[in-house]
Amino acid sequence: MSILLDWASGFFFFIGGLLCITGGVGLLRLPDFFSRVHAAGVTETLATPLLLTGLMLQMDWSLDTFKVFMIMVLILATNPTATHAMAKAALIGGKRPLVANQKQESKKGDQTSKT
Amino acid sequence: MRYLYIAGSLSVLWLLLSGHFIALILFLGGLSVLGVTLILWKMDKTDAEPIKLRPGYKFFHYLGWLFWQVVLSNIDVARRIWSPSLPIEPCWEKLDTEVSTTLEKTLYANSITLTPGTLTTDVSEDHFMIHSLSPEGIEDLRKGEMQRRILKIGLKS
Repeated sequence: MSILLDWASGFFFFIGGLLCITGGVGLLRLPDFFSRVHAAGVTETLATPLLLTGLMLQMDWSLDTFKVFMIMVLILATNPTATHAMAKAALIGGKRPLVANQKQESKKGDQTSKT
Repeated sequence: MRYLYIAGSLSVLWLLLSGHFIALILFLGGLSVLGVTLILWKMDKTDAEPIKLRPGYKFFHYLGWLFWQVVLSNIDVARRIWSPSLPIEPCWEKLDTEVSTTLEKTLYANSITLTPGTLTTDVSEDHFMIHSLSPEGIEDLRKGEMQRRILKIGLKS
């Protein structure tokens, strides 16, 4: 039984870690702020719960298991608010999202503004 | 009656988080539960629109469905990030909504933001502004399955 639990939690850790790396790669590869927010969403909405589930399977059954579960609920409940606040702040600050058909153009503009 | 219900669930939560059963700590816990309920009562009196969310079977059913959607869209976004050609077409469009009460709007906008690939940037009276990583994301929302499920919960604010 405990070997089964070990394998299950190992599986959750593996997938969670993989998704964390995916989020990081997405942050580097995607072109602008608003699409990067989506990449950050991958780490927050699925990778973190998977890692915490893996942790819960490793723990002995006690009140601490419930506390880890509460952390998971808290992260999932606050994530949309934080993401929305970030996007809204960027919009108010004058950032406009890249849209597909004018992608090339704005990309050039972005580069020139950086240099 | 409603405050008794709130105080009861707060006490259960406190007991689960603390796990100590010494008289002094129990007393302090009871005091903080009382304080929170009192503040809530005062706030309800001040803004005169108490929010009633009774988490019933339908609500948890919706949460389960939402979590499954989160998993699906995570897989989709991860696939887009790892493909060498980076197949994204970001778009930022208006989405017409039919949800009316504040609570339903909050739930809908947060559900949209929670699924990676779509992001609510603005909430108005009858529409949201949605930023999406691909046009398919917005098309799926326009089909309105999520909205139908939220309306089916029957939240009354």
